[in-house]
Amino acid sequence: MVNLILLIVIASLFFLVTAWRLVTYIQILALQGILLFFAAFFSLTSMHWANFTLILTETVIVKAVAIPFFLSYILKRNNITREAEPLVPTFVSLVLMIILIIMIFFLSYASGYSILDNLFFVVALSTIFTGLYIIMTRRKIITHVMGFLVIENGVFILSLAVGNEMPMMVNMGILLDMFAGVLTLGIFINRIGDVFKDGDVSNLRRLKD
Amino acid sequence: MLKLYFICSFLIGAALAFNRIRPVKIALLCLFVTLQGAFTLHVIRNRGAGFWYFSADSLAVIFITILFFISAMSIYHSFAYLKWRQKEARERNFFFAAMVILVSALTCAYCANHIAITWVFVEITTIAASFLIYYLRTELALEGTWKYIFVCTISITFVFIGILLLGIAAGNTGITDLTYAQLTANASKLDPFWTKMAFIFIFTGYTAKAGLFPMYTAGIDAKDKSPSPAGALFASGLMNVGFCGIFRTYQVIILTSSAEWAKSILIISASISIFIAAVYMMKVDNYKRMLAYSSIEHMGIIMLGLAMGGIGAFAALFHLVLHSFIKAGIFYQTGIAYRVFGSKLVSETGGYFRISLSGSMVLLLAFICVTAVPPSGLFISEFLIFTAMFRSGYMWLMLAVMALLTVIFWSFGRKLFKVIFTPVNGFDYESAEKPGLIESLSQFAIIIFIMIMGICPPQPILDIIQAATGTVLR
Repeated sequence: MVNLILLIVIASLFFLVTAWRLVTYIQILALQGILLFFAAFFSLTSMHWANFTLILTETVIVKAVAIPFFLSYILKRNNITREAEPLVPTFVSLVLMIILIIMIFFLSYASGYSILDNLFFVVALSTIFTGLYIIMTRRKIITHVMGFLVIENGVFILSLAVGNEMPMMVNMGILLDMFAGVLTLGIFINRIGDVFKDGDVSNLRRLKD
Repeated sequence: MLKLYFICSFLIGAALAFNRIRPVKIALLCLFVTLQGAFTLHVIRNRGAGFWYFSADSLAVIFITILFFISAMSIYHSFAYLKWRQKEARERNFFFAAMVILVSALTCAYCANHIAITWVFVEITTIAASFLIYYLRTELALEGTWKYIFVCTISITFVFIGILLLGIAAGNTGITDLTYAQLTANASKLDPFWTKMAFIFIFTGYTAKAGLFPMYTAGIDAKDKSPSPAGALFASGLMNVGFCGIFRTYQVIILTSSAEWAKSILIISASISIFIAAVYMMKVDNYKRMLAYSSIEHMGIIMLGLAMGGIGAFAALFHLVLHSFIKAGIFYQTGIAYRVFGSKLVSETGGYFRISLSGSMVLLLAFICVTAVPPSGLFISEFLIFTAMFRSGYMWLMLAVMALLTVIFWSFGRKLFKVIFTPVNGFDYESAEKPGLIESLSQFAIIIFIMIMGICPPQPILDIIQAATGTVLR
């Protein structure tokens, strides 16, 4: 069951790099939140119930509801245009993604464990690098934040892999969520939206050598 | 005592943020400096004392002592800066509150003996530091803050990934908690593949704080846009916390079978850092950014020393201690020069000698110290690091690094001497503000300390540095 969910997460990544509209990005992020909720539900079997409830509530409320709603609020408030404006053609992105995921599979072969044991690792690393790729190839500040949220999701998947032995790590991951949520979204998107009207990173290129 | 310190310092930080009355603010800051001093004395007396996941080992004691001196000086110099950049009382209060919280979070991060606790406090330093960078509320400050936060958040996520991978590596070894002590004790049992992956993620993540190759950009903008006293804190305390994170992980990795691999990562990152520093120092016109690039160069040298092991590792820590002091000193003085000239571009400043004799003496002597010209203690450490490289058979790398250091020496000197000696047209030297000797006293104290460390270093300091080197010193 967990494996199936993880594979759906990988499929959602392909969808993410080919998506055109920012609304689609938000929908995929919400979908990933729900998928992560189920992944946590099925994989954290030997955890203390209070902690288990906390993690599940956090996942579903923050990842699947709060952040997508907040992002769409920002989209409306700052009048951000609806296209993601990738710098690289979608087809190239897709090919690069496939190469990336194949390479990560080969990397996990090198560990000497079977692929099913490593599925958490493979999916997590693919998600993290997809997030980085989105940050590198998109122009808007808000898509950078979305890329970061994708990285967060990858980290959450990875933390599930050690969740049963070290529950503290999953809680730390939640802390990271809170940190990103409060800091990047709460304070700075609003500020940057006020100062730089169209929220394009090309406004942020004056500080250089 | 540690518990008491943590509670008190965070309370003082919170009180500073909400307080509106000036005498109370000064009293709170004095209280904080006293608290930091008392705490420093306490950990020096009781090395190894601790509670829960915190313990003050030799490395933490060294860093806490540095932090005490630098934070006291930074708070002192902040008053002159804030008087110059007059903002609303609320923003000034936030500045001090952020500084107090940054210092306390750094102290906690140094003391933490659990790899994830270090991570949590490094995360807090990012928040506190971003408030300091954003003090001026200009567009450029906003850009610098945004870049700093974004790069630091991504790199902090990388560290977390590394910690998780280390957790996987420790899966079947009987490690119940990722404390450094447990990791060191079971180092030989760690799974090599996951350990390698963990180290590369943790290293990449901490380079944002330490100022090394992949993520160095965040630190440059931060030191440039933040007020100079805060920049001094970034160049010492914040870089030390990055080093602390790398060093503590490296101490574990060096005991595993992946030691050689980790060493080569350090060497590659360090060499590229020195190269980047050399290239940009020729090019930049902004002297605060130039100092930030100089920090990157020094961090590169420190990492090379660490990778060589043995005497090189000892010299690396020695270099780090001295660099934290001297770079903070130059930052204070350039802050004063910036106030006088109203510009931080080398092309628009010059003839500092005619404005402030003491200040230009500080710049001149600090230049000698920071570029490791003999009476300076940094000469000793660089010499030892190069010796270690020569012995380990890295002669070509050593020659290349030496050539790059010559380039850095030349470009640093050319720009700094212009600021000190060559007058600029159109600047009114008669009516310019003349900073007094009193503002330069702290820097003179630092320079004297650096020179004493170069000529006859006191034995207790050498002993504690040797103790801190730990497993790397083999």
